[in-house]
Amino acid sequence: MTDPIPLAPAVRLRDAVASRGGRPVLRGIDLTVRPGEVVALLGANGSGKSTTVKAVIGSVPLEHGTLDLFGTPYRSFRAWHRIGYVPQRTTAASGVPATVREVVSTGRLAQHRLLPFRRKDRAAVDAALDAVGMLDRAGDGVADLSGGQQQRVLIARALVGSPELLIMDEPMAGVDAASQQVLADTLRAEVDRGAAVLLVLHELGPLEPLIDRAVVLRDGCVAHDGPPVPNTGLHALPGHDHVHPHADLTPPRLLA
Amino acid sequence: MTEMLSYDFMQRALLAAVLVGITAPAVGIYLVQRRQALMGDGMGHVAMTGVGLGFIFQTSPVWMAVLVCVLGAVTMELVRSRGNQRGDIALAMLFYGGMACGKLLVSLSAQAGAGSLESYLWGSILTVAPGDLAVIAALGAVVVAVTVGLRRQLFAICQDEDFARVTGVPVRVLNLLLAVMAAVTVTVAMRVVGLLLVSALMVVPVVAAQQLTRSFAATQAASIGLGVVVSLAGVTGSYHLNVPSGPAIVLLAIAVFAVFSVIAAPLARRRHRAGAGAGAEPGPRVCDVEIPSPTSPGTTTPERGAGLAQ
Repeated sequence: MTDPIPLAPAVRLRDAVASRGGRPVLRGIDLTVRPGEVVALLGANGSGKSTTVKAVIGSVPLEHGTLDLFGTPYRSFRAWHRIGYVPQRTTAASGVPATVREVVSTGRLAQHRLLPFRRKDRAAVDAALDAVGMLDRAGDGVADLSGGQQQRVLIARALVGSPELLIMDEPMAGVDAASQQVLADTLRAEVDRGAAVLLVLHELGPLEPLIDRAVVLRDGCVAHDGPPVPNTGLHALPGHDHVHPHADLTPPRLLA
Repeated sequence: MTEMLSYDFMQRALLAAVLVGITAPAVGIYLVQRRQALMGDGMGHVAMTGVGLGFIFQTSPVWMAVLVCVLGAVTMELVRSRGNQRGDIALAMLFYGGMACGKLLVSLSAQAGAGSLESYLWGSILTVAPGDLAVIAALGAVVVAVTVGLRRQLFAICQDEDFARVTGVPVRVLNLLLAVMAAVTVTVAMRVVGLLLVSALMVVPVVAAQQLTRSFAATQAASIGLGVVVSLAGVTGSYHLNVPSGPAIVLLAIAVFAVFSVIAAPLARRRHRAGAGAGAEPGPRVCDVEIPSPTSPGTTTPERGAGLAQ
């Protein structure tokens, strides 16, 4: 499927409303990610960052509003090979052992679909594992890896299809320093390659130099959309979640 | 041994055991992967209603069980995929309702007798008829074709459903397909191990195999191999010892699991040592976690500290 409009935004979410478990979480979010752009989604816990990302990939349905991916309405979007997704990591392991290679290989499903896994798929898996420095662990079980290494595996899984849009939910959370460096380098290489990136972050942190634009959410609404404020992380932006002893006694959630 | 094989009913029993030994772990591995190991048990309960309906309408209890069990499995999948917090309660209603309804229907039917439901609950492999065998073979072939042929797709949806959706895999369709395959397996295995023990043959060979494996592909192959071995050995043992085949197969599988988990630890240690080089200290090969030095807190950047605190 080709783009109806060349260089249409990779993501265009307009007036998105969604709720989870009956509680409204998104109350009209506008979010655009243009090709090659790196957008950080910031906000306090419970502000709707993760739900926004889940709405973009379609796993949380929109009650209101529209979602276009690469200029195509979500409903008719089929070009999934253009998107790489890194979910918020709880663990990369499941109830049955799986090797690093097996987990990363699932990232090629958009390419080979029902056809057998071929040599070029295998080469792509090797290249993605090499990019995150995990090629030597390809045959190891994912459950035997550290949290940071598991995160690297999940990023390799998203990179294996050379996506034009990379969506990452808290990629730096719970990741050791060595892996953080690998992730920052990998992300830089992807941006240099021309990929657009939508990142959920708790703080700008080591990725700050890469970020073109920061979107800050508060209570399911966009509170800031513009250039990232340098060297401050969330603290200078509205909606940061520091709890001070004199904080507003009414939890924001109850204001709805 | 030759004497045992000279009986037609034993030939059929052994063939049925092989078919079920292949089919049950081939599906069960996905349920285990998704940490739904007890789902097969629930489907067995629901299938009892199908058996009861078969008794009432004087039709084949097996086909009725397939029908009802597929409906039950689809319901369970819909409850699961909606992520409803009270989903477990809905499932409890379904399981116990299915079991109670089955017993009630059987007792109302003309064939109500002491042994009629019993043979479906605990299996009656020695009474497998040639027609049954054809049904078991056909359904088993479909299940194996789907669970092995779509291994990469099913692995992806059971490993990480959200990620699988972003690769364009039809997650909902595959989830339903998997549920239907599990339901078909339950009813296929019903004659061999019985509805109450069906789930064991779907789960125990898988968890036994994974004591010794590191990859999904190896786990699937080994669990199918184990399923065949314990099914054949169980049926043979039940012939010689004059005990029911279902419990014999299941206890054998559990014994294999126990043995494997005992030898798993030293084996893993040896594998570790082989990787680290002879004579090396046991322990992690690579230390990649950097602990910020407590003597120089000023060098820890705030963002790194925040990242580690997550």
